[in-house]
Amino acid sequence: MSASVLFDAPGPKAKVRNRIYSVVGTAAVLGLFVWVVLRLNEKGEFEGALWDIFNYSGIRDNIFEALLATLKAFVFAGVLSLVFAVVLCVGRLSDHRPVRWASVIFIDLFRSIPLLITIFALWVGIVGDMTPFWALVVGLAIYNGCVQAEVLRAGVNAVPKGQREAAYALGLTKTQVTAGILFPQAVRSMLPTIISQLVVTLKDTSLGYLILYPELLYSARLIANNTPVNGTYPFVQTVTVVGAIYIGLCLALSSLATWIEKRGRRTKTGIAVAAAAEPAEAPGVLDAAAPEGPGRAEDGSKGPDDDPKGTVGKSN
Amino acid sequence: MKLRKSVALAAAVAALSLTATACGGKEGSAGDKPKGPDGKDTKALSYTVKKDASVDSPVFKDAKKRGKLVIGAKADQPYLGFQDQSTKEYSGFDIEIAKMIAADLGFSAKQIEWKTVDSGARETTVSKGDVDLMIGTYTINDERKKQIDFAGPYYHAGASLLVRKDEKDIKGPETVRGKKVCSIVGSTPLQNIKKPKYGAKVTELSKYSECVAQMLNNQVDAVTTDDAILMGYAAQNPGKLKVVGKPFSAEPYGVGLKKGDKALQKAVADAIKAHQENGDYKKAFEATIGKSGSEYKNPPAFTDPK
Amino acid sequence: MNVLTDNLSLFREGFIGTVELTVVSGIIAMVLGVIIAAFRVSPVPPLRVFGTLWVNILRNTPLTLLFLVAFFILPKILFPDVDSFVLGVVALGFYTSSFIAEALRSGINTVPMGQAEAARAIGMSFTQVMRVVVLPQATRAVIAPMGSIFIALTKNSAIAGGFDNVDLFNVTKTLSNDGYDITMIFIWVTVAYLIITYAINGAFRLLEHRMEVAR
Repeated sequence: MSASVLFDAPGPKAKVRNRIYSVVGTAAVLGLFVWVVLRLNEKGEFEGALWDIFNYSGIRDNIFEALLATLKAFVFAGVLSLVFAVVLCVGRLSDHRPVRWASVIFIDLFRSIPLLITIFALWVGIVGDMTPFWALVVGLAIYNGCVQAEVLRAGVNAVPKGQREAAYALGLTKTQVTAGILFPQAVRSMLPTIISQLVVTLKDTSLGYLILYPELLYSARLIANNTPVNGTYPFVQTVTVVGAIYIGLCLALSSLATWIEKRGRRTKTGIAVAAAAEPAEAPGVLDAAAPEGPGRAEDGSKGPDDDPKGTVGKSN
Repeated sequence: MKLRKSVALAAAVAALSLTATACGGKEGSAGDKPKGPDGKDTKALSYTVKKDASVDSPVFKDAKKRGKLVIGAKADQPYLGFQDQSTKEYSGFDIEIAKMIAADLGFSAKQIEWKTVDSGARETTVSKGDVDLMIGTYTINDERKKQIDFAGPYYHAGASLLVRKDEKDIKGPETVRGKKVCSIVGSTPLQNIKKPKYGAKVTELSKYSECVAQMLNNQVDAVTTDDAILMGYAAQNPGKLKVVGKPFSAEPYGVGLKKGDKALQKAVADAIKAHQENGDYKKAFEATIGKSGSEYKNPPAFTDPK
Repeated sequence: MNVLTDNLSLFREGFIGTVELTVVSGIIAMVLGVIIAAFRVSPVPPLRVFGTLWVNILRNTPLTLLFLVAFFILPKILFPDVDSFVLGVVALGFYTSSFIAEALRSGINTVPMGQAEAARAIGMSFTQVMRVVVLPQATRAVIAPMGSIFIALTKNSAIAGGFDNVDLFNVTKTLSNDGYDITMIFIWVTVAYLIITYAINGAFRLLEHRMEVAR
């Protein structure tokens, strides 16, 4: 524990005390766990018959199909959101004031509206006719695109000024500088944060239940509602299974971000790779307050943003 | 960090093992198997598909072109509109009505594309054209007629109350004052029971089946909606739930369709009428909601279109 | 225009509902978040494990799933007959607590090790180190992300609207079902959310400004 800012390496007394706390803490945590398990058992939630529903090929296919639907929406929304992000980011960095303003307003607006409402409005038909799939994908893409645009902007700002100046001095056009010099480095340094935001995109596909898109959570609800076993609705069971799938997918994506971050730290290109945004830093669904969002994710040392305070993001 | 990885690994393994084994496993339907809603009794029913059906309606023409009729249905109402989650097959009275209509429009049962539509989303789904027809315990009322058209009614239900078997206080709508009553967003019985006359505390969820689950959890004291739906749940949970009191509202069920499509509206109405006359309607009733204890009534007179 | 004037009381109810959900679940999240953050930086391994699990599980679960747990499992195993509002704020509060815990932990980590070591070297006690050195700096570092988290909480509260709570999303859905034009509803609901989020943003900016020191 000597690595903590809060405590010194414990001496003999503290060691004893910590050991006591450890025992008490373990007992408390285990106690809580056991109590929940006992309660569940009391209500008969561990009866084999209730879990047996997942042994049916029909139910498995059902979950599998729903998982595919979730992933499909995620892939489309993820890719589209990145496209949106590039467009919006270019708009924000534009030399033309109207373009810049329009981008700022667009980004700020859609980051302050709950995604649920955006998706609902798109589905009901605020702009043309959309199937549930497209309403979900476009809603996710707009919202996450706005967040990703800010992340990209932070990355662009983090590229040392000298590089840009040198490129202009060589006679490159603005497009060449942006596309050839700034963006590749911005993407590279911000990759962990971008991926963390993709985790949020993945989680938010579950909002599709509202507009009847048959994603994983929607199907889970139907299974729980429609497959009573001995008069018990298997909510505990489906939530456990589906929850494990979601957590597994999200953790897999997050660890990808962490891995990239670690790998990035080893290389020496002069630009720090953003913290894998221990997502509190890119709190995703969270996070609306304008520039802090991605800025915070920056690695302590240099706030790429115009906001020096936005530098909490230091993971471990 | 190490811990996080192992957690990730464990979860990923769990997820993978589940999905990897997606094929294989037991055949058939999981869960309780009450008589009726598993579709066995309705297997015997079939309707002659009209070969030369033609309706002067854009919705119909689109459906013909794609070779599929898209029908919105409920998925969580046993004996009325219920989807077995293992087989993905729909069954129930509304489903049979849908098949009858489809047959007369020239679509076989296989040519129906079912879509599950929750109560709160019905008007939007129909007026957007996400479904061609909406057949799912859909009460005809003036509020809804502003947005869509109906064909029917093909059945008369009435709001009633579903309670736990051991419930003693609630005997009808007059006795729900201060009790927690669950129903779904945008349903007509909910609007009624909220009125000062009855004075119930309401809980609004998005599916009736979730209301039923909440009642079994003792979260709410009663569920209110149409008697036909409630009878289905009572039959699905024998010995645990019962329907009490007399129906306290009239809920005429119709087929929802896009506003202004008079030709399709008439064609749908004609189809229902024809099947009522040739006895299919009664057979379907007896094979579905009849099993849950509802008594057969002669079909009501049509109001839409007159 | 008449969407608003026709349904003023409904809009007011929804607005108040959203604010109530946000405030109450914000308090729950704050309390839980502080406890979990303390667990995560504590020298007691089991508590650290618990804190890590808490944060990682809650943060990687869709909020909607937590709502399912709160509404259909919690009453079953713990206490039946709970108000939907309570269940809603529990789901929101627990979810948000994981983000708050992480923000707090990162805040503490921004304080350079050397400072704490120096403080201990001149003989400060644990409470003194916390009060004089660590907390003031950590608090400043934490304010900005905290603002984002509360704004996010406001937006997330919309999900409660789908679970038997009256809030702005619930109003959106009700009015859309009543056949009002979605564009107008959307505009007014957006305005309502902007009012809340800007208020939170402003409050945190003010706080940040107050706590600012020359460094």
